[in-house]
Amino acid sequence: MSHSTQSLAYVRKEMIEQQPAPRSQVGFTRWARENLFSGWFNTLLTLVSLFVIYKMLAATLPWVFGGVWNAESLDQCRTILNERYGDTHYACWAVIRERWNQLLYGFYPESQYWRANLAFVLMLASLAPVLFDKLPRKMLYLTMAFPFLLVWLVWGGTIWGVLSVAVGFVLAGVAFKIVDRFGSMALSAIAAVVVAVVWWLFIGPSVVDGLNSVAPLGHLQEVQSRDLGGFMICVIIGISGIALSLPIGIVLALGRQSDLFIVKTICVGFIEFIRGVPLITLLFTASLLLNYFLPPGTTFDLTLRVIIMVTLFSSAYMAEVIRGGLAALPKGQYEAADALGLDYWKSQRLIIMPQALKISIPGIVNTFIGLFKDTTLVMFIGIYDMLGLSNAIRANAAWNGIYWELFIFIGLVFWICCFAMSRYSQWLERKLRTDHR
Amino acid sequence: MSLAEDRAIDRSKLTVSDEVAIQITNMNKWYGEFHVLRDINLTVNRGERIVIAGPSGSGKSTMIRCINRLEEHQQGKIIVDGTELTSDLKNIDKIRSEVGMCFQHFNLFPHLTILENCTLAPMWVRKTPKREAEEIAMHFLEKVKIPDQAHKYPGMLSGGQQQRVAIARSLCMKPRIMLFDEPTSALDPEMIKEVLDTMIELAEEGMTMLCVTHEMGFARQVANRVIFMDQGQIVEQNEPEEFFNNPKSERTKLFLSQILGH
Repeated sequence: MSHSTQSLAYVRKEMIEQQPAPRSQVGFTRWARENLFSGWFNTLLTLVSLFVIYKMLAATLPWVFGGVWNAESLDQCRTILNERYGDTHYACWAVIRERWNQLLYGFYPESQYWRANLAFVLMLASLAPVLFDKLPRKMLYLTMAFPFLLVWLVWGGTIWGVLSVAVGFVLAGVAFKIVDRFGSMALSAIAAVVVAVVWWLFIGPSVVDGLNSVAPLGHLQEVQSRDLGGFMICVIIGISGIALSLPIGIVLALGRQSDLFIVKTICVGFIEFIRGVPLITLLFTASLLLNYFLPPGTTFDLTLRVIIMVTLFSSAYMAEVIRGGLAALPKGQYEAADALGLDYWKSQRLIIMPQALKISIPGIVNTFIGLFKDTTLVMFIGIYDMLGLSNAIRANAAWNGIYWELFIFIGLVFWICCFAMSRYSQWLERKLRTDHR
Repeated sequence: MSLAEDRAIDRSKLTVSDEVAIQITNMNKWYGEFHVLRDINLTVNRGERIVIAGPSGSGKSTMIRCINRLEEHQQGKIIVDGTELTSDLKNIDKIRSEVGMCFQHFNLFPHLTILENCTLAPMWVRKTPKREAEEIAMHFLEKVKIPDQAHKYPGMLSGGQQQRVAIARSLCMKPRIMLFDEPTSALDPEMIKEVLDTMIELAEEGMTMLCVTHEMGFARQVANRVIFMDQGQIVEQNEPEEFFNNPKSERTKLFLSQILGH
């Protein structure tokens, strides 16, 4: 016994420091050897793959880079290509150059392009502080003003119209504050809505008319919704939908978990109804049917109707995504927030939502990307987005028969936007990772 | 686990006043059909340190969670600091801000730094200005001996450190009563001691404490009363000496023989 105990006994004299891994076990050569050439079969596969890749690039790259940029019609394109290379079928990018403005702005009056450009720059500036919290918080004032600036710049008219809408919001806020002092939250919410609606429908319009006739301040040439199109309409519908569907989705997700029967039923009913109906159906409803339900004579802007439908559609999806995030939170987080005496809204805002939204980032951005791409569906209700314009361009004799170049361009534009969203969400996820699991 | 060796506690510091802090009368609670708490009667005076022991599923946690309404009771009365717990949300929030609670799994907010964890409730519930809230937070973080971790996130800390932060977070609300729900059950043996030391300090300062714990050494040393629960009822309560040396009920004897037997 004593013999075996002795051989088992061991005492470490000193602890070993961390040491670097051997040279041959790191770097690109190791990776290539292990993954590409680890046996005769894998080497063969690597060589075959390289050959296939070469063939594909050899076929497409000349088509892309040998393309013609200066021409006025498809025939002219082909003539130039024939002169240059002989009998080839390289790309005719000239269509994008020729119809660039149309693809971007639709039928927006050319003299007013500066308004669309300015709105776009302002949009980027007002998105920036939302996306990057390092930027000065004061920029958020611009973010709050942007929706009104957008409407004024893009649709034109005097500033009184959008100011009146803004006043409606302010009045709603004031009403909420006042009633909140006496009654319950539900009561103050109702008061806010009533005040805003009364202002928007009855008082506001006459005030605006009065002001317009007395002092038409900041009057811009008016542009009709049917003249909007191209990339511009995608961005307007997409960004509005994205910005509105997130808060509505949060409210719906919370409502679905509510203990209040009516609130819960309404939210569940809404979510299940919207998710059960194709978006295109909702868009047709927006463009055709809605007018039947509205009082005769009401003009309800088509773009606005589409934005509302797209928003409702994606907010139902958003609600479910966020519900997933809420479900993933340990019950202890709710309890800790409760135990500290935070009320429902504070604990939602400070503890629950920041974590639930963080968990749901991939799903939220997924919904955003889906929404943005779905904006192309508006071509079916007669709005000329980029895809709709590509049809219109082909209808012109000069460009009849051109498909690839336009579709590749449109696809590329969407891909850049969606890829940017995807990269941003990955960056955000990394930035918010604090658990170090 | 015994602490007596290196942390001698001065029991003379531990005083109990006549003022009633918590009064529970004829309290009953059901989970659906299941009768979890049966006719609980308990009066806690200010400055008392009560340890609640019992087998798992005996309703110990549920009982203390009723005190700050994390669980709702269906019958009977609970009066905390002179306020009765009803479904009135204002009362509930008031009581919750007066009663601190520590959980088995700490439940720190992982998206906030240690300092933000501690300043959150004072700032949003008590409306304390940020700077002042931070001073209070640093004071209590020093008390639990982790001021240097203030700007880290909970995930970077050890279990023992996290539980001490959780205690500091509760203390920042200047509670008059502290509830501990198995604060050391999720910890490694090495870390249990640092948390218990913090709790002992708290007891010495006269905090009213209710602890659900399996640390019988702590109960012996710090508690002025040990409550034994089984099947949702208070089976026995006594001073620690009597409770451990001379248990009356058969159920208590069995429990003690199992928990102290090895």
